[in-house]
Amino acid sequence: MPHWMMERNVQWVLAGCVLLGISSGVLGSFALLRRRSLMGDALAHAALPGVCAAFLLTGTRSLGFFLVGATVAGLLGAFCIQAVTRHSRIKEDTALGLVLSVFFGFGIVLMTIIQHSPKANQAGLDKFIFGQAASLIEADVRAMAVCAALICVAAGLLFKEFKLLCFDSGFARGIGYSTMWLDGLLLLLIVLAVVVGLQAVGVVLMAAMLITPAAAARLWTDRLDRMVWLAGAFGAAAGALGTVLSAVELRMPTGPLIVLSATAVFVVSLFLAPRRGLVARALRLIQLRARVAREHALRHLYELAEASGRWEERVPLQELAAVWGEPVAVVRRQLTRLEQDGLTWHSGEHWGLSASGLQSAYEVVRNHRLWEMFLMHEGQLGADHVDRDADLIEHLLPPVIVRELERLLRVHGREPELPPSVHPLAGTGG
Amino acid sequence: MDSAAVWIVITGALVAASCALLGCFLVLRRLAMLGDAISHAVLPGIVIAFLMTSSTTSLPMVLGAAALGLLTAFLVETLSRGGVQGDAAIGVTFTSLFAFGVVLVSRYAAQKDLDLDCVLYGEIAYVPFDTIGPLPRAVVVNAVLLALNVIVVGLLYKEFKLCAFDPGMAAAVGIPVAAIHYLLMALVSVTTVGAFESVGAILVVAMLIVPSATAYLLTDRLGMMLALAAGLGAAASLGGYLMARWLGCSIAGAMATVSGLCFTVAFLFSPSHGVFTRLVAYQRLRRVVLEEDILLWAGRRSEGGEPAPFGIRELVRGIERLPNEVTLTAGRLLHTGLLARTGEEYRLTRLGVARAIELLRRHRIYESYLGELGYPVDHIHAPADRVEHHLTPTLTAAVDEAVHHPETDPQGKRIR
Repeated sequence: MPHWMMERNVQWVLAGCVLLGISSGVLGSFALLRRRSLMGDALAHAALPGVCAAFLLTGTRSLGFFLVGATVAGLLGAFCIQAVTRHSRIKEDTALGLVLSVFFGFGIVLMTIIQHSPKANQAGLDKFIFGQAASLIEADVRAMAVCAALICVAAGLLFKEFKLLCFDSGFARGIGYSTMWLDGLLLLLIVLAVVVGLQAVGVVLMAAMLITPAAAARLWTDRLDRMVWLAGAFGAAAGALGTVLSAVELRMPTGPLIVLSATAVFVVSLFLAPRRGLVARALRLIQLRARVAREHALRHLYELAEASGRWEERVPLQELAAVWGEPVAVVRRQLTRLEQDGLTWHSGEHWGLSASGLQSAYEVVRNHRLWEMFLMHEGQLGADHVDRDADLIEHLLPPVIVRELERLLRVHGREPELPPSVHPLAGTGG
Repeated sequence: MDSAAVWIVITGALVAASCALLGCFLVLRRLAMLGDAISHAVLPGIVIAFLMTSSTTSLPMVLGAAALGLLTAFLVETLSRGGVQGDAAIGVTFTSLFAFGVVLVSRYAAQKDLDLDCVLYGEIAYVPFDTIGPLPRAVVVNAVLLALNVIVVGLLYKEFKLCAFDPGMAAAVGIPVAAIHYLLMALVSVTTVGAFESVGAILVVAMLIVPSATAYLLTDRLGMMLALAAGLGAAASLGGYLMARWLGCSIAGAMATVSGLCFTVAFLFSPSHGVFTRLVAYQRLRRVVLEEDILLWAGRRSEGGEPAPFGIRELVRGIERLPNEVTLTAGRLLHTGLLARTGEEYRLTRLGVARAIELLRRHRIYESYLGELGYPVDHIHAPADRVEHHLTPTLTAAVDEAVHHPETDPQGKRIR
């Protein structure tokens, strides 16, 4: 174990930051889906005057009073946002900005008043702006643990209600839930999470803890329960990583490092998440492109042979490239790939379809023409517009729909005719 | 005020005017939170420029900030296209960049005289001591930035306006909407740098949004809104300075607080959009409606004869309103001489009768109009009962003209 892990203080800090990560990650998931992400930012800023006022009124630096002050100020901020959006033509984003900046400015005013007062030394309130995780002590961490536990229990007990609120608040109202109270409760929990984070990351960067782990988790799954677990785990990981990094490199502040750790988790998710990740998407795009190119090659070879009627003969590469409209090199690469699958064969620069290639090409062409006919007759499109649309759709078309289309076209007697092949084709007419 | 104070207020006013000019477009385009994000996210740009040039000369900082501002706008756009929810995209981007900036500051700035507190809250109080020739440097820098903003917004006023109100049409008539968007974002980033030194990173957003939102509540014209926002911002800078001097607190925080107070006043008392103003107008209308309803009820009872006396209880039943508001309103009518009272009995005065006849005439002319439109007779009373309170004499005359001066209304009642 490295020497810094042995220090009792570092262990408390680590515990505190992990707790913060879990609670804000869990809650952030609901806030994100309810589109309240930036509300967390505004409420975090709004907490500052509350904390300062609590200190001014009580004269003591106790987390309990800060919690009360931050909660009151946060709820007041939320109320102001609601009032401004409801009773004037100001939109929500401006209302958020208004509350965020004015409350924070007022907080700074109170803070500087405290600093100029004789009690300044015991206050240390300026640590709340960026947090000072290193100053976390056992009592703080215990209080944070209570808040985090409250948040997780509330999220667990009200999971169904919050889920409904996030995905279909209209339905929630319809079956008798009070969305006002649920939203209010969600806000209250967000304020609680903010208070947990105040000492560790501070009010300015607290928004990151609510938003980033949840946004990262959202990339991995479409299920809320998994998203909540993941966001909690990501938050905890970010908290731990940030603390460790700052313990190793002592001059770096913990709060921003935790935020940057969360960002790292987000960036990794952005690239690697299955389905939504950039890599997965790029792969899907490449696969789609490969399929499109393959089907184009097969179709053009088939159509050239069909036009001449000489199915055995091979076509010059140049001619194929001209019909296809792609550079010769691209066409050759595609044909070589097809040859590896045994679909084409060539001698010199002349290419043709093999027996199995002809079978595949026939299916592609038939599929293409089915669509062409369908679009022409059912889609009310001009014949000169059809080919482009058909190209796009044929590559995306699942076989089930193709079969249904075939049936429809047969019923209407519009099944396209294909010239008979010299090859004995299995399954002709599909 | 001494000359130092004058320079501080002038600097604040210049910053506020620059910010307000751009803030109006942010508010109108619903980009306020993106403005907030940019004002945070330019921090690493400024720090990197500072570390590279080791000086607080403004040009590299402006360039660094502009680069980071555009990067923020671009990242937010890209993330939201890539399937990250819009508000989360803003949140992730700016918190990451800001955290990065804070790490940079705390790692390197100790060696190089860059104070985190100064970057965050600004040190507008030191403005008068850092001078170029006779003028404080911050005044020169912010004057140049204001001039830049005024020139760009002035030259592209039509384009900015159209993009703010109808981006779809702007695109249709060939205005490069995306380019205008990024230009606005670049201007916001550049302006943020100027504001950094005086009000600091966090309170720039107060300057960007609050005066503009206040102006938005006070006027419906863009030109007026820009002027008002700039004026309000400058006023907030003066007020903030005075408040800070009085309380001995941060000037930047006080400016934000004063802007917030201005907004609250506009929110409550704006002549056109104020909550309180609208409430007063609503109460006034309510009172007028109740008075007219009492006169109409009494007028109908006395039609074709002497004014019939009535008790308050009868009146309450007749017009179906709450007893105490009816009593109050009747008292007002007594006071204005439209009703007279003997003991517990009220009756219309001559003045009251004249007024009641006029109101009945309005009501019945409007009923005739509804009849003309083809409304069945049993459906015309209720709408007329609501509209009669809003008919002015000119409008009544016009409606009378339109229905060719009928002698009676569709129910056969005489129109006098």
